[in-house]
Amino acid sequence: MSIKNMTEEKNWSGQKLVSTDYMLFEAPREKHFMTGSEVLKEAVKRCTVDASVSYPITPQSEAAHLIGELWAEGYVGVYFRGENEFGVMSEVQGCSMAGARTITTTSGPGTLRAMENFPTWSGTRIPCQLVLMARGINSPLSIQPDNLEVSFLLETGCMIWYAENVQELFDMSIAAFTVAEQPDVHVPIITSVDGFFVSHTREAVMLPPDDIALRPYNPYAAPLPPIDSEMPPGRFLRDPFVMKSNYISYATHASWQWEVRSAVERSKPYARHYLNGLAHTTGDEDAEVAFVACGTAAHQAKEAQRELTKLGVKSKVVKLRTIRPFPHEELLEAVKDVKYIFVPEFNIVGWLEKEVSKSLYGKCDAKIVGRPRVAGGMSMPAEAILQEVFENTGLKKGA
Amino acid sequence: MASIAKRKRYNMRISGLGGQGVVTTAHILGSCMDNAGKYASLVPFFGSEKRMAPVEAYVRASSEPIYEVGEVVYPDIIMIYHSQVVTHGKSYTMPFYTGLKKDSLVIINTSVNVLEEEDIQVLTKLNAKVVQFDATELALKIAGTELATNMAMMGMVLGLTQLVTEDNIEKAVRERFLGTSFVTSGGTASLDSAIEKKFKKKEELLAKNMEVINKTFELADSIDLTSDDLVIDLAV
Repeated sequence: MSIKNMTEEKNWSGQKLVSTDYMLFEAPREKHFMTGSEVLKEAVKRCTVDASVSYPITPQSEAAHLIGELWAEGYVGVYFRGENEFGVMSEVQGCSMAGARTITTTSGPGTLRAMENFPTWSGTRIPCQLVLMARGINSPLSIQPDNLEVSFLLETGCMIWYAENVQELFDMSIAAFTVAEQPDVHVPIITSVDGFFVSHTREAVMLPPDDIALRPYNPYAAPLPPIDSEMPPGRFLRDPFVMKSNYISYATHASWQWEVRSAVERSKPYARHYLNGLAHTTGDEDAEVAFVACGTAAHQAKEAQRELTKLGVKSKVVKLRTIRPFPHEELLEAVKDVKYIFVPEFNIVGWLEKEVSKSLYGKCDAKIVGRPRVAGGMSMPAEAILQEVFENTGLKKGA
Repeated sequence: MASIAKRKRYNMRISGLGGQGVVTTAHILGSCMDNAGKYASLVPFFGSEKRMAPVEAYVRASSEPIYEVGEVVYPDIIMIYHSQVVTHGKSYTMPFYTGLKKDSLVIINTSVNVLEEEDIQVLTKLNAKVVQFDATELALKIAGTELATNMAMMGMVLGLTQLVTEDNIEKAVRERFLGTSFVTSGGTASLDSAIEKKFKKKEELLAKNMEVINKTFELADSIDLTSDDLVIDLAV
């Protein structure tokens, strides 16, 4: 495909420019059968992405590779491989500070290798997107589905969204750019999925046509000016204002951190609109048992919910779509009348259970049980969830 | 046995060795269900991918939406592509019938009986049905290559469960081998192109695969799943 000049109507690859609302809610959709990696390619294809930097690590390698194909096909402006994940995330920052709509992908240990960059991203208020295909962390080495690395990202000042399945990954990764790029938000976004369970699982997905794409990013609406001929790189990072040891530099640093976190909170109304709510509840309205989960743990919980219905137990599944910002109001509203809350998780530390407990502390009388927790690639069959329910409640089958 | 053909949802575990097309079958099975307007999701096992190493793939096929992901821990159907899965324990799931639900189905590609006395006891207790047939021999006979073994296995499971029509299958196989939009891992893609050269024409490849599948449908028709026998041996 030949690279064309961007016009008011079309981007450089000839796709018609449309609003995010049209892309997500109005454009006609057709059914496809795809893996998470393949669907991410389809999302990036429709986002007028300026730059992408990649580095191989299982299970995100295929997604990174497929974005490279998009570059070869003329849909992505710049694409290259970094030296390692630290290099990748630094280069993503460079691209993004220069005003490029930028995306990258990583997994597990790669995430931790790049760790310093994430708070630096949020501190520089860049609206880049990281698609995290979670796989757990060494040691011992694991390439299996496990989302322990998300716990390390919680306080980086980045937004964190969590997609449940292939369809949600598609829709979320498009909405992610739009929400992150709002001038009053303008912080990085980490779109997470469970590696393999979403990246490698093939399922039906509804996609809009591929001859439309999001309007380009406007870096001149950013809270920090992008690097250009008048704004040298490093101006913000190096300027003495924040590098001195005096009271105003301390105050600047403190207020800057508050501002980053406030910006994440300010994303809520936009996310509510583009994601159809920060949390999504299914099941019985008058439930006694609630499962609060994100990602594929919500999938497993829905399977358990269906089984509980057959056994005469009323339950609901509260799926959290955003982790940062945390949907406090939505969660409380969804669980205010339940007696038991279970938080099934694909990690050993129970980071979501801690988030849920902290959010509900003093506001809700339900007993919170952080189980089942599986890790290192173990499965979480619905049977295991049911067992926890019957062991930790007074509920009986057929009650 | 209770009819395997009447379940809303089938959880399938496919065990074989690297190179036998285990993951490919899972993808085609999923596409078949999708073509039939039903629901499917599939997951390959997340391990090392190499020739003759154990490979597992999992397919969930249903007439209602499927939420569960990941390995199938409690299968309704187990397909064994290579006798070494049973005899040498070349499997991630040991023994091979671990987690099998009651009244379920096992299909094994073998020319000889591979079940030990203990296996027979467990499977009898579960009221399972074991279909043994030499899928590799059938593939060699009809398609002229053992690479069509997976088609024979897939044909058998679809013939026995009647989840989809032959048209749904043909469309899925066509998408897999002739579709331009299909993306797979680099290794699998280059293998496919090697096969395609061997067959000269892609259409010919498709026709051979469909011939194998049609033959297994005929074989499946000859099976009486209501018989009291645990093991059904089929001559190919």
